[in-house]
Amino acid sequence: MLRITEAVHHQMVAHCLAGLPDEACGLLGGNLETGDVVTCYPARNVAVSAKLYEVDPKDYLRADRDAEAAGNSIIGVFHSHTHTDAYPSPTDVAQAPDPTWHYVLVSLRDIRPVVRSYRIVDGVITEEPVTVSSQYNPK
Amino acid sequence: MSVTVHLPTVLRSHAGGAKDVTADGATVGEVLQSLAAEYPGLSGQVINGDGSLHKFVNVYVNDDDVRYLSSLDTPVTDTDEVSILPAVAGGATDISGSRPA
Repeated sequence: MLRITEAVHHQMVAHCLAGLPDEACGLLGGNLETGDVVTCYPARNVAVSAKLYEVDPKDYLRADRDAEAAGNSIIGVFHSHTHTDAYPSPTDVAQAPDPTWHYVLVSLRDIRPVVRSYRIVDGVITEEPVTVSSQYNPK
Repeated sequence: MSVTVHLPTVLRSHAGGAKDVTADGATVGEVLQSLAAEYPGLSGQVINGDGSLHKFVNVYVNDDDVRYLSSLDTPVTDTDEVSILPAVAGGATDISGSRPA
């Protein structure tokens, strides 16, 4: 289960919309055990493509340091699909870097963005519910 | 040289759960080899069998990506921090496994 604040949700969707016509991506910082996301780290897509994304490694380095300084970790990644559903593609599954992460897909196929989250472990995709809260105490 | 190596969450289980470990070497390559010698679970994860850097792994010395320095021959000193981060990539298109060098 993934819990995100409204602020994180808005930042994530805004970053994806701003990235059009290319895919956008970013990292999510929070508590690995509870699945609470407290920070959205919009990142540069160095693939600069409407079909592929790669998080700028420098952005990952900064996000990782920032999250750890706050006592959190990077617990997932989000990226947009500009014309397809909010579901992990074969490429997303093949290149998923960490089985403990949450993989959030933002589909911009229709006028209203769709946000869905998944775990990807050993090539198996499992969807998980996303809860958006106005506020919560993650500690 | 004895440097601090910061591990990504995905590799920490191979080092007993540690976030930061120490390894010896005068270059990034030597540090990574010494890391793999101490934590056998890490061998093959960062450096390939032919001694090259795994294409889906990024290695930084402080704030610099070693691919823009001298790659595995990049020298390190005691005050440097080496960070290992996996490549985070994907996309809607099925291109299974390719990544520009």
